[in-house]
Amino acid sequence: MQHQPIHDIETGKGLIACPRCDALHVEEDLKGGETASCVRCGSVLAKPRGGAFTQLIALSFTSVVLLMGAVFFPFLEISRLSFGNQTSLFGVALAFAEGMLLPLVVAVLLVIVGLPVLRAFLLVYTLVPLVKGRPPHRHAPAAFRWYEILGPWSMAEIFLIGTSVALVKIVGMVTVHLGPAFWAFGALILVNLASRSFMCHTTIWDAMEDAGLPTDTHRMIGAPEA
Amino acid sequence: MSEHSHGGPVLTAHRAGLMGCRRCGRVWPKGQRQCARCGSRLVQPDRSGLQAVWAWWLAGLIAYIPANLMPMMRTQAFGGLKGSSESTIVGGVLELIHYGSYDIAAVVFFASVVVPVAKFISIAWLAIVAGRPATVEQAHTRLKIYEVVEFIGRWSMIDVFVVAILSALVQLGFVVSIHPGPAAAAFAISVAFTMLSAQSFDPRLIWRGLPLRSRTED
Repeated sequence: MQHQPIHDIETGKGLIACPRCDALHVEEDLKGGETASCVRCGSVLAKPRGGAFTQLIALSFTSVVLLMGAVFFPFLEISRLSFGNQTSLFGVALAFAEGMLLPLVVAVLLVIVGLPVLRAFLLVYTLVPLVKGRPPHRHAPAAFRWYEILGPWSMAEIFLIGTSVALVKIVGMVTVHLGPAFWAFGALILVNLASRSFMCHTTIWDAMEDAGLPTDTHRMIGAPEA
Repeated sequence: MSEHSHGGPVLTAHRAGLMGCRRCGRVWPKGQRQCARCGSRLVQPDRSGLQAVWAWWLAGLIAYIPANLMPMMRTQAFGGLKGSSESTIVGGVLELIHYGSYDIAAVVFFASVVVPVAKFISIAWLAIVAGRPATVEQAHTRLKIYEVVEFIGRWSMIDVFVVAILSALVQLGFVVSIHPGPAAAAFAISVAFTMLSAQSFDPRLIWRGLPLRSRTED
């Protein structure tokens, strides 16, 4: 609004295409709290929040701490008459450790613990240089790309809902005690929600580019030499 | 909701002879293969990308068959003296109805049967009508359906987690024990494949058949 940014219809510089409908938009610097939506399909193109990078780093570390707690503390305990049983998060994954279900052990551990931890580190790796005002790490674009690709596969919140459904099924038959790991998972969901409200991937890509990522003017990755 | 469907002229990156990156939105000249900002592969919004959608869709559908025919859980009561029962997804719902818990039965039926089937139908329909001429309203409806499918896909994993938690927890030796069945793996695979199918779908195709301005209906 305030100024006319430089854009080029030949090279695509300074333009944004909506990932949902391909409509072209001229890139503008938004202030924190502003939202840019696609004129054609209404998808949110950018929604920066002031101080979001620092918050995201803090929330990433929080989620790693909570996940460590969730892994090493008891998760659930049941008792009926004189019989009782308790399980940890590993116990839940190891429930599939028989016969042909074995690969599911790895898959379950990955989607509820492995990927959330990995994504937290990928995000910290991407954002720390940007917060310090330094050029991004060499593999930052790949790191943030994988952070986004792995998003749908990190299923901590789905696991918590699954736990609730399982508890509803057995709560009439046995006495259930919720362990610290259960509450750690509950807190993790809140941390993820907060993280999502601060996350604006357009802003992060722009920040990486502005902070000195090699793009069109310097080096073309995989571009034909023409 | 409808204020953003403005009737003014819209220029797409494709029409301008450019290519938009589906991951980060950066625009590049046509012919470039990879986005130099985020490293994603650049693809044209055309129907050739639908092959991947159909391949994952079919794989997901094939895995969905054993997921329904094989048992999801095996419950053993009193060391097998009171019999052990194996339940499939639909069998579990019928059991819940039998015991009178209609509300839980409805929830499980919706989450484990209605949602997966609706997902298969929606993706197939989106892929079939992709790139066909449509009005702006139809395109908005399709995009909404795509977003629902994309959002809801991962939530089907709930079933797999429920089986894992029950099997890990309900191990009361002689009294009662629950073991996972092979359908859990088939179901997990089916959910993963349908997620990949939905991710392969390029929502830009929904808008390809639309006139760019309202007056170019020649």
